[in-house]
Amino acid sequence: MTTAPTAEPVVLLQEVSRQFRRKQALDSVTLTIPAGVVYGLVGENGAGKTTLLRHILGSLRAQSGTVRVFGMDPVAEPVSTLSRIGYLSEDRDMPGWMRVRELMRYTQAFYPDWDEAYAESLREQFLLDPESKIKTLSRGERAKCGLLVALAYRPPLLLLDEPSSGLDPSARRDILEAIVRTVADEGRTVLFSSHLLEEVERVADIVAMMHRGKLVFEDHLDTIKARHGRLLVAREQEDPPPELPGQLWASGRGRAWTVICERPLDALQEAAAAQGLTVLEADVPALEDIFLARVSPGTRKAPVS
Amino acid sequence: MKLHINPKDGTPLYRQVIEQVKYLVAAGRLRPGDEMPTVRGLAQELLINPNTVARAYRELEQAGVVCTRQGSGTYISDKGTPLSQEECRRILGVRADALLSDAHHLAFSLEEVLELVRARYQALESQHKEKKP
Repeated sequence: MTTAPTAEPVVLLQEVSRQFRRKQALDSVTLTIPAGVVYGLVGENGAGKTTLLRHILGSLRAQSGTVRVFGMDPVAEPVSTLSRIGYLSEDRDMPGWMRVRELMRYTQAFYPDWDEAYAESLREQFLLDPESKIKTLSRGERAKCGLLVALAYRPPLLLLDEPSSGLDPSARRDILEAIVRTVADEGRTVLFSSHLLEEVERVADIVAMMHRGKLVFEDHLDTIKARHGRLLVAREQEDPPPELPGQLWASGRGRAWTVICERPLDALQEAAAAQGLTVLEADVPALEDIFLARVSPGTRKAPVS
Repeated sequence: MKLHINPKDGTPLYRQVIEQVKYLVAAGRLRPGDEMPTVRGLAQELLINPNTVARAYRELEQAGVVCTRQGSGTYISDKGTPLSQEECRRILGVRADALLSDAHHLAFSLEEVLELVRARYQALESQHKEKKP
């Protein structure tokens, strides 16, 4: 349970690019996931998150660049890499005709490290009936079932693709608990993609943001937050909107404007004061606000309320 | 020990944990010798990263608020209240800033705010007296 980088990163991507027909799904993505961290991957739908995860799983081959998982090429050595990865796919593709009990036994056959007692305790914790058919399960139950078979062999790397999307709060809590427990146990590593930024903010050590196939930023969550500031400022006269250093986004009308800038908060307040702006509020923006400011930057006039 | 974590708050989560533990100590709700939850236990309860809890505990220990006894857990330090006058002023200062910001938006003058605070204080005082005659 440490964030200090160890000798070998769990996942290493170097300048990985991938094109689907005309669409650049991954555009020279370079990233490093050290052991023992929770790594949150955020971005809009279609930003390239799932494509990136599929390269790590080895189900897609990089058109250019290098992918290493535990130091191995997942396409060349699928068995040794996949045996160390627990994966919950976004569409939770599991055979609908199987019963929960059968799916557990079936999955067990592929993984020598399957822990029967642990699998059973997860099944009880998730309140899954062993005799239920997968196709009769609710959304939340399907997610829990998928999570069970991804966790039961205690993989050193857990990959979760939008684990919470469309789930009720109780199922979301189970997913978050599984993430927390996974890193608390023996310093295993979690990589999860999500558009619920509040959840990412809760559990991630490192956050990477993707936009149109590119990695916009990748850093420790605390560092990302310390680098951004949000001000509510008032001007002497109406319009034009303020222009502050590192400004990503501004919204307001008349004399009052909210701005989000890539500047530490104290530097930002000084800059605002130097421009003669009155600072009404100053805080570090939530990850969600930073994300929105990055995805749709610019200046907008708020409608008359 | 009941902590409330708000991921949407701009304050980093480890700082939220530190400040709330300090606050609980200052308010006397955590006393010297009280045992703290384990890192893993608190992480699971709050649903936050165990690394975040570990960092908060480390800084609380450096600040002298808690101490770790080898192999037996983390306890509130018995050096007495570690919350300096300065820290108390800072905690109240944050609340005061929020109040003043609201007052500004609602076009209250400083005098009007002070008058309101005094009135609320008196109202609470008299309520208090009624409860325990």
